[in-house]
Amino acid sequence: MLNVGALHEGYVLDHIKAGKAMTIYHDLKLDKADYQVAIIKNARSNKMGKKDIIKVECPVDSLDLDIVGFIDHNITVNIIKDEQIVEKRELKLPKQIVNIIKCKNPRCITSIEQGLDQVFILSDPDKEIYRCKYCEEKYRGHRNK
Amino acid sequence: MRHLMSPMDFSVEELDRLLDLAQDIEQNRSRYAHVCDDKRLATLFYEPSTRTRLSFEAAMMNLGGKVLGFSTADSSSAAKGESVADTIRVVSCYADICAMRHPKEGAALVASMASSIPVINAGDGGHQHPTQTLTDLLTIRSLRGEFKGLTIGLCGDLKFGRTVHSLIEALARYEGVRFVLISPEELRIPSYIREDVLDKKHIDYTEVERLEDAIPALDILYMTRVQRERFFNEEDYVRMKDFYILDETKMLLAKKEMLVLHPLPRVNEISVEVDKDPRAAYFRQAQYGVYVRMALILTLLEINV
Repeated sequence: MLNVGALHEGYVLDHIKAGKAMTIYHDLKLDKADYQVAIIKNARSNKMGKKDIIKVECPVDSLDLDIVGFIDHNITVNIIKDEQIVEKRELKLPKQIVNIIKCKNPRCITSIEQGLDQVFILSDPDKEIYRCKYCEEKYRGHRNK
Repeated sequence: MRHLMSPMDFSVEELDRLLDLAQDIEQNRSRYAHVCDDKRLATLFYEPSTRTRLSFEAAMMNLGGKVLGFSTADSSSAAKGESVADTIRVVSCYADICAMRHPKEGAALVASMASSIPVINAGDGGHQHPTQTLTDLLTIRSLRGEFKGLTIGLCGDLKFGRTVHSLIEALARYEGVRFVLISPEELRIPSYIREDVLDKKHIDYTEVERLEDAIPALDILYMTRVQRERFFNEEDYVRMKDFYILDETKMLLAKKEMLVLHPLPRVNEISVEVDKDPRAAYFRQAQYGVYVRMALILTLLEINV
């Protein structure tokens, strides 16, 4: 097993579907942040066969985890303090997501006004349906991008 | 400050108050003739719409207010590439309230987010047209007294017709309303209306294809236009188009007190011979559209008379 040093404080995102770590890395804007990040791809997993893991050394609560909940709420989020797991946070579907997915409705105002935020609202938590805030078009893409 | 984006923005109680006000305006027009003397309505119409724009303008004039605006995108700064948000920020300096029609869905919402004056959605593409729904509700309530117990037939293009969707959603909030949905198979109401509105609220409804079969039971017949371009093949269109022409013969099958409504413009789906039938209410409906817009302007401007 590849050995990556323990975190002092930060997050371990575990059980990421294999191959999706870089998507989450970008969606969490880790490419623009100055944190130490370890990305482990295709780690062996009893549950999943193989999985990706992201470790981020950063102050806790400095990342917006809503987007991770949107992509896959089965990802495990471990919060680390003083090299110990202090919390396993359950991910929920966020009520609103901004500038992560785009409305594909050609009749939507966002199709001609590029400066507008792309906002989707969770309209049906049971069916996990998101709708564009502006035109109410259902998001038809795969959330697990 | 409130805006109106969708008919569902108002609760049933708020809607009832609005319709009460509209009926009071109808009965006491002179009382309201100068209540907006110092107010201005901006009509920002990025696509042509004769009736809706004139109805808003007539409503504001009836209240003593003034009107400014544009009636095509070509004659606005949109032609120069100005965003809706920038336009409304500027218009907020010139007017007290604004009605916006735009071909893109959600445009009025974008305007409302940047606006410092109330924004009324006067139609955003195929999405919402709340003042048409308010007009329909006022017409039905004024001519029939109440919604409870009414059997309402909606006929024609029930798939793409936004006025039909909004009207079903709005009426489904009242007790004892029953729907008869009359359309060809291809143009039936979308599943989200059937599942999320009708089934979820246990509303009594039936779906039929022939108008003649449905008309005897109806208290209200809401006609819409079946458009040729909605059909996949010409044969289906030809088969269906005459089903949905309301003429004197079909009116013979209807109740004496049934009302015929239509959002207008009509093409050929209601024969002109029906116009003289006292049950034809579609031109009175246009008049109610002015009253309800007057009530809406007063409500959003928070003017109490």
